[in-house]
Amino acid sequence: MLKNTLLALALLVICNAGRTQLYITTNGFAGFYSKTPLEDIKAENNQVFAVVDVAKKSLAFSMLLNGFVFPKELMQEHFNENYVESDKYPKATFTGAYTDDVDLGKGQEVTLHVNGTLTLHGVSKPVATTATLHLTGGVLTGTASLQLVPADFNIAIPGLVKEKIASKIDVHITINCKPRNK
Amino acid sequence: MRILKTFFILIFFISLGQVKAQDSSLLKMLDDSIAAVKKSVPVTGTFKGTKIIDLQSVEAPAKNVLNFMIQHRFGTINQGAYNLFGLDNATMRFGFDYGITNTLSVGVGRSTFEKMFDGYLKYKLIKQTEDNALPVTVDIFGGLYYNSLKYDSKPYLTSKYRTTYTAELIIARKFSRNLSLQLTPVWIHNNLVATTADKNNLFALGMAGRLKITRRLSLTAEYNYLPSGQVNSFKVYNSFSAGVDIETGGHVFQLHVTNSQGMVDPVFIAQTTGSWGAGNIYFGFNVSRAFNVAKKTKQL
Repeated sequence: MLKNTLLALALLVICNAGRTQLYITTNGFAGFYSKTPLEDIKAENNQVFAVVDVAKKSLAFSMLLNGFVFPKELMQEHFNENYVESDKYPKATFTGAYTDDVDLGKGQEVTLHVNGTLTLHGVSKPVATTATLHLTGGVLTGTASLQLVPADFNIAIPGLVKEKIASKIDVHITINCKPRNK
Repeated sequence: MRILKTFFILIFFISLGQVKAQDSSLLKMLDDSIAAVKKSVPVTGTFKGTKIIDLQSVEAPAKNVLNFMIQHRFGTINQGAYNLFGLDNATMRFGFDYGITNTLSVGVGRSTFEKMFDGYLKYKLIKQTEDNALPVTVDIFGGLYYNSLKYDSKPYLTSKYRTTYTAELIIARKFSRNLSLQLTPVWIHNNLVATTADKNNLFALGMAGRLKITRRLSLTAEYNYLPSGQVNSFKVYNSFSAGVDIETGGHVFQLHVTNSQGMVDPVFIAQTTGSWGAGNIYFGFNVSRAFNVAKKTKQL
């Protein structure tokens, strides 16, 4: 019993002291897509900051909302001014972790289950999604797709344009991270 | 043994705490770098419309956007119920603004008053930035106005005499998400004036502001000061207008009251004969709609 306890203790201490292995990017991609019979809306941001700690299996994202580019400039202005209010809440952030037992060392794409907290428009919500990670040639590529509901984040859509904005917005994330300080 | 267990539990909780701390430290790391590279983003939405009420605002359509605007000014409210408080006597202007680039736009319009055609260019010199590295947005504006009324008894009124020019420097600052103010020094050159007592070159100062009260509704006002001694053959008043802007998607509705019936710069700045004191107040509106005319980029 004593032996076991000590072992568990030692393990925990090792984990705590844990080596971190960070992969980071400053030009990740995030895009969101709203499809309705009346109008398709898309916006893409190529300045997503992301960091993945493959040793601790944790990750974080941060992006400036006014970095989203819309094909229509007026939409972009409305997005920032009326919907996400990027002057008040400039960033969207995510922190999360995965517990899947995966071996990135094999150079194969692995699928993970990520749980975390997404903060947008001043509202923090738990988010769970599947994601992939792929480590090749020292570059860690990650992708994730999820659906978000604007109303969950206190983003009001006026009745007049309700038909033009999907109630669930598809979000796609792609990151290509390089090891930090190497 | 018991002590050991307690110790174990303690370590367990400490380790939990550290996992949490790790999450936020990852985020903090990103935030530090986001702050480091945060560019000086230009301020958007200083005003809702390309016109505040009558006066040109610093706003212009983005590249490949065509903005169609219809403006109405009814008769004076003090005409009473017989003329439905002026609604029986409407004058109008309609116009198109087009963004050639994100900094240069061109506009054309036609007014009922003097069957006047107008054309102009608006060029953005500098853009206010979020970090206040540039504190104001400045546009330069040049307009040409052509009176196309028929004067059968005055054949000598060639196009030279029918033309007026304006040049404006439009300086605006968005002080907060709710408050924007604008100053517009105006130079007007009339090729022809009514009498020799009137000056051909006129100078005026436009002042305007917007107060946003909800996300899609704002109050606007403008005052165009024409120093006296420039227009002498008739009594001219400074133009003052106040209104509300209502924005719905691609439309902007602007409802207002004003003592000017003209809707182009040389007219409302230098030919306003209505006076607020005498009740010569016109109700009017501007409605604009933005169209994207860029070729659709192929969807992947």
